Amino acid sequence: MAAVTADQTTQSTSGTAKAAGRAAGTAPDAADAARLAVFEAAVAADDRIEPRDWMPEAYRATLVRQMAQHAHSEIIGMQPEANWITRAPSLRRKAILMAKVQDEAGHGLYLYSAAETLGTSREELLDKLHAGRQRYSSIFNYPTLTWADVGAIGWLVDGAAITNQVPLCRCSYGPYARAMVRICKEESFHQRQGYELLLALSRGTEAQHAMAQDAVDRWWWPSLMMFGPPDDASSHSEQSMAWKIKRHSNDELRQRFVDICVPQAEALGLTLPDPDLRWNEERGQHDFGAIDWTEFQEVLKGNGPCNEQRITQRRRAHEEGAWVRDAAAAYAAKHTTPSTRTAQPAQHVEETA
Amino acid sequence: MSSSTDWPLWEVFVRSRRGLSHTHAGSLHAPDAEMALRNARDLYTRRSEGVSIWVVPSTEITASSPDEKDSFFEPAGDKPYRHPTFYEIPDGVKHL
Repeated sequence: MAAVTADQTTQSTSGTAKAAGRAAGTAPDAADAARLAVFEAAVAADDRIEPRDWMPEAYRATLVRQMAQHAHSEIIGMQPEANWITRAPSLRRKAILMAKVQDEAGHGLYLYSAAETLGTSREELLDKLHAGRQRYSSIFNYPTLTWADVGAIGWLVDGAAITNQVPLCRCSYGPYARAMVRICKEESFHQRQGYELLLALSRGTEAQHAMAQDAVDRWWWPSLMMFGPPDDASSHSEQSMAWKIKRHSNDELRQRFVDICVPQAEALGLTLPDPDLRWNEERGQHDFGAIDWTEFQEVLKGNGPCNEQRITQRRRAHEEGAWVRDAAAAYAAKHTTPSTRTAQPAQHVEETA
Repeated sequence: MSSSTDWPLWEVFVRSRRGLSHTHAGSLHAPDAEMALRNARDLYTRRSEGVSIWVVPSTEITASSPDEKDSFFEPAGDKPYRHPTFYEIPDGVKHL
């Protein structure tokens, strides 16, 4: 799942410090200019940039920021849904939900690994998440109040994530693009199980139908916010588009998502909570109402309904898992033969990737 | 003087073009990593099949056992709900 909006974070990463280190003592601008020309030609030709290629530090920093936020969103995103595993209404639904939450963990791991090819470490990224220095998608700061929310998340939140992520499969950075191909393939089941769940409720009793409608009413607007601020207020968009990290603007993707959802909602027998939503014959697209960006900014600032709860739970899970990591390391150390220990000097990830 | 068969075996992975993963191409014997890389270039990319090569000592690869194949991969076997086709979506609903 996980929304990637390149726009939600502002912190820079360790890349900057490394840049300074690397720049010191290297030949002057001529060499850099030549390398930059090679990089830009590769991007222009729609070639992928791979870990050992030279890349501008700002490109590296932007990728680390975006991929870290994306990875964090995957693992934080496990929380609102895991909330319902023990209360799933049937064994079938329970098995499905567990498989989905398990997938989110897997997606986080793909993305952390891809981010590590940029010279950052898993530990550093988790530290920054726990310290509030890197963000995750604001959507996960909303609560899952009823079982129908599991359906609404699958249909709308995963649907918005897919709309965002499909173009990322062609992102200019190879490891990120490859991770996205895997993720998008797996994401399809997430969306369909949510849709099927909502359909069952919508066609169920009056109370079940009302529960489904209520969930859609609450998740619709936050899902539209997942695409990030409007284009004219989006600070990172232009550069990310030039680097082909991003392929479409926030508003473009948001519009695409709305147009996809309207007929899907009709087929569900549910309405979308927007009185201004209507087909615009002239544009060949739907018009829709104004988004409450104040709410978005508030949630981003940490004042959403569940910000505190999510990050507290994440920190606690990390701390409570410490003994498992320690035990695994102790076991490995005990069972590693002396020869393998000396034969494998820890190589920096950049050297091997 | 040792024959080349005494040299360690290296597994060769070739990236055919930017954007694709390195995939296993085959193996070769070489006395060290540097020679393995050069030999891999000569052996596996004579027709420009690659833009990047990895060589890994074969002994460094930990592989799952073929004998345990069934039990090892069995847990995923009874989880058809991990596939999108498991879910019934009404006819005519698009983009799902």
